[in-house]
Amino acid sequence: MSGETHEAVHRHPAPTGFVWKYIFSLDHKVIGIQYITLALAAVLVGMTMSVLMRMNLSWPGTNWPILGTLFPGGAPGGMMTPEFYLSLVTMHGTIMVFFVLTTAPQGGFGNYFLPIQIGAEDMAFPVLNMLSFWVTFVGFIVILSAIFFSGADSTVGPIGGWTGYAPLSALGQIAGPGQGMGMNLWIISIAIFCVGSLLGALNFITTLLNMRTRGMSLMRMPLTCWAWFTTAVLALLSFPVLLGGGILLLLDRLAGTSFFIPGGLYVSGILSGTNPNFPAHTGGSPILWQHLFWFFGHPEVYIAILPGMGATSHILATFARKPVFGYRAMVFAIFAIGLLGFFVWGHHMFISGMSPYSAMTFSILTLSIGVPSAVKTFNWLGTLWGGRIRFTTAMLFAIGFVSLFVAGGITGLVLGQTSLDLPMHDTYFVTAHFHLVMGVASIFGMFAATYFWFPKMFGRLMNESLGKFHFWITFIGVYCIFVPMHTMGIVGMPRRFAQFTEYEYLKTLHPLVVLVTVAAITTVLVQIVFYFNLFWSIFKGKRAGENPWDATTLEWTTASPPPHDNFAGHLPVVYRGPYEFAVPGAANDFVMQTEPEVTQQPVGSGRERTSGNGHDGHRR
Amino acid sequence: MGRALAVIIWILTLLSVSLFFIDKWWFPTAISSHAAALDRQFLITIIVVGIAFTAAQVGLGYMVWKYREDAARSRALYTHGSSKLEVIWTVVTAIIFIGLALMGQSVWASLRLNDAPPGSYQVEVVAQQFQWNFHYPGTDRVFGRTDPNLIDDSSLNFIGLDDADPYAKDDVVHSVLAIPAGRPVELMLRSKDVIHNIWVPQLRFKQDLVPGMVIRVHFTANTPGKYELACAELCGQLHFKMKSYLLVLPDDELGALTALPQDQFQTRMTELLAKYQLPTQNY
Repeated sequence: MSGETHEAVHRHPAPTGFVWKYIFSLDHKVIGIQYITLALAAVLVGMTMSVLMRMNLSWPGTNWPILGTLFPGGAPGGMMTPEFYLSLVTMHGTIMVFFVLTTAPQGGFGNYFLPIQIGAEDMAFPVLNMLSFWVTFVGFIVILSAIFFSGADSTVGPIGGWTGYAPLSALGQIAGPGQGMGMNLWIISIAIFCVGSLLGALNFITTLLNMRTRGMSLMRMPLTCWAWFTTAVLALLSFPVLLGGGILLLLDRLAGTSFFIPGGLYVSGILSGTNPNFPAHTGGSPILWQHLFWFFGHPEVYIAILPGMGATSHILATFARKPVFGYRAMVFAIFAIGLLGFFVWGHHMFISGMSPYSAMTFSILTLSIGVPSAVKTFNWLGTLWGGRIRFTTAMLFAIGFVSLFVAGGITGLVLGQTSLDLPMHDTYFVTAHFHLVMGVASIFGMFAATYFWFPKMFGRLMNESLGKFHFWITFIGVYCIFVPMHTMGIVGMPRRFAQFTEYEYLKTLHPLVVLVTVAAITTVLVQIVFYFNLFWSIFKGKRAGENPWDATTLEWTTASPPPHDNFAGHLPVVYRGPYEFAVPGAANDFVMQTEPEVTQQPVGSGRERTSGNGHDGHRR
Repeated sequence: MGRALAVIIWILTLLSVSLFFIDKWWFPTAISSHAAALDRQFLITIIVVGIAFTAAQVGLGYMVWKYREDAARSRALYTHGSSKLEVIWTVVTAIIFIGLALMGQSVWASLRLNDAPPGSYQVEVVAQQFQWNFHYPGTDRVFGRTDPNLIDDSSLNFIGLDDADPYAKDDVVHSVLAIPAGRPVELMLRSKDVIHNIWVPQLRFKQDLVPGMVIRVHFTANTPGKYELACAELCGQLHFKMKSYLLVLPDDELGALTALPQDQFQTRMTELLAKYQLPTQNY
C-alpha cells in the first residue's frame, strides 16, 4: 500500500446530517464529548446513590417519605432495607469505576486530545472509535436496567459490591435478594464494557504509534499522551481477563457450570444437587474469580488515575510557566507504574486463603509501586519550584490533584503490608484509601482537564469565579469526607455494612459518621455549580481564541473548537519538546512546539541546547 | 490566591494529622500475642506515612505560596530537571518503602508460615449466611465426622455432624467462640455457602472462610473477656448482622465448659456471656 492510500484511509469527509455529525459520528472530538457526556450522566447516578447510602448510615431507621414513594419495595414506608443499601453499594461502585473513572479520563479527554496533541487528523480507526463509544453506551443502558429489573428483590441492582465475589455472585436467586436478574445484567454490562474498552484501547495505541506528525518524536509528546498510551496498553491487557472471568461467571449462573462454585454447598437450606433451583456443582474455586477480577482490577486503578496524572503534569507546567521537571523520569515513572501494576493484584487477597508466600511477594511488589508514584510527586513539586504560578481554576484543581494523590496514595504503605492487612482489610481505611486516590484524585484530574480544555472544545471560557468557588468547597469537602474514614478503619469499622447499630465498639464513631455525611451532601450540592458553569459557558462564556492560556502544545495551534480535520488541512510540524516555557532569550515566556528552530544563535551567547533531559529529544 | 491555597492546604494537613492523635478513635486495646508487634509496625508505618504526607503537603503549600506570579520576576526558572535529584529521591523512597514491606512481613510470617504449635486448642468454624457455628470436639479432643449430605438447618444440624460416629458423641456446636487465655488456638475455617470473614478487632486478626476450602489459622489470645466478633466479607442481605462473640476464658473455666454436653453447654455459655462484659475502652 502506498503512503498516499494509507493517508486516505484515515480521511473522512465532514458529515452534514445531524445523525452522522452528532450521534454516529466518526469524529474523535465528537466521540470524546459523547464519552464525557456519558460520564457526566453516570456520575450523577453514582453520586445520588452515595448520598442515599450516607443518609442510611448516619440516621439508620429514619423514614424518608420520598424514598418510600420512589422505591416502595426497597424502602417500605421510606425506611431503607439492608438489601436496598447493599445494592446501592454495588451500583455506586460499578457505575463510578466503569462508567465515570474509565470513560471520562480516557474515552473522553483522551479521545478528544490525543490525536490533536500528536498532530493527527483523527484516530486511526474512526469507525472502531464510534463503535467503542456506542458499545460502552449499551453497557451503561444495561447497568441502568439492573435498577429496574431486579425483580421482586426490592433492590436497585445486584448485591456483591463492585468486586462481585463468587460464589455469592455465582449461585443465583438461592443466595438471597440481589442475586437474580440484576446480577445477570451486572455481569453482561461489564462484559459489554470490556469489549468497548478493548476497541478503544486498540485505537489509542495504533493512533499514537502510527499517526504522529512530522517532528513529533516520542520524547516530544506531551505527558498526557504518554499517560493515555500507557492506559490503553493496560486496558488492552487487563480487560480481556475480566471479560473471560465475566463469561465464566455467567455460565456458572445460567448453564450450571462450576468454575467458581465448589461442591457440597448448602445454601438457604438446600444442598447442592438436591433441588432444581440449585443444580449440582463440583470442583470450582471461589479464589479463581478473585484472581481473574483483581488481575483486571488493579490495573484498572491505574487506568483511572494515569490520565489524571498526565493532565496534572500538563497543566502544572502550563500555569507554572515552566518546563515539566524531569520529563524523562516522568515517562519512566508512568511506564513503571503501568508495568508493576500488573504484578500487585494479590494485595487485595492477602487474607483470601491464598498462599502466605504469594502474599509476601505481592506485598513487596506493592510497596515498590509507591516508588514511581513518589517520583511523580517529587517532579510535580519540582515543576512548581521556581515557577510563576497563575492560579486559574484548572491550576487549582491540578494542585488539588497532587495534594489528594499524596493523601490517598500514601496510605497504600499501610495496606500493602501483609501484617497490617490483618486489622485493616475490608475496613473503612481501605474505603478511604481508594476513594481518595482512585476516585477523588482522578476526578480532580478531570476537573482540571475540563476547566483547562473547555475553551478549546467549545471556543468559550468557563466562568472562573464559579470555578474557584467549586474548587474551594470541593477540595475542603473531600478532605472532610475521606480523612475521617481512615480513623473509622483504625477503630475497625467494616465496609459494606448496611448499619453500624449492631456493634457496641462502633458506637464511638457516630459523630464522625455524621460529619462525613454532612460533608458529602455539601460536596455533592456544590457540583450543581459545576454543572451550571459547564452548560452556561457553552453558550454564554467569554470567547476564548486559539490559545487562551499561552500554552505550547499542538491543540493550541488550531482554532477553538478545532475544525473537522483538526488542523484545517495543514498538519503541523513539530520542532521541540512540549513544555518550553520561560526559555531564556525567547520573545515570549512560552515557545510553541510548532515554532521553527532558531537557526542562528547570537555568537557567544553561551546557550546550549542539549537533548539530555528529553525536552528536545531526537530529530527525525 | 496562592497564599490562600497554601494556608488551606496547611490547615487541612494539620487537621488530618491531628485526627490520628485522638485516643478514642484508635485501635481497641489488643488481646493477642502477635498484636504488640503488629501495633508497633502499624505505629512505625503511620509515623512514616504522617511525616511523608506532612512534608509533601507543606512542600506543596510552600511552592504555591512562594512561586505565585509576581511582577518581581519576569520569567520562571528555566530548568528541565536534575538527574542527580531523580536518582536521590528514587533511591531514598525505594529504601524506605521496600524496608517497610520487609518489616511488615514478620508478624505475618510468624502467624502464617508455620503450623499451629502442637497441643493448640482446636475449634472448627463453619460459617453460613448470617450465622456462626463453632464446633467443639468435646472431652475426647477429636472432631466427629461431618458430611455436607447430613446438613439440615431445620433440625439444627448446621454442620452435618454424623451422629453415628463415636467421636461425635461429645461434640458441641454453638454460635459463640470460646477459647482459652494464654494458649495457642487453632481454627479450622470452613464455609457452607459463600465467602465470610472472621474478624475480632481486639485480636488484630482477620481471615476469609472460603467454601470448598479448609483454612487453618492460629493465634494466642491473652486477656480473658468478651469481645464482639463480626463478619468482614460481604455475604449477602444481613451481612451487617452476622455477629457473634469471642469469649476468652481462663483454662479451668473453659475446661469445665467444654466438658459439658450440648444442652448444659448452652446454659453455661449463656451464664458466661452474662458474666463477662464488653471492654469499656473507647466508648
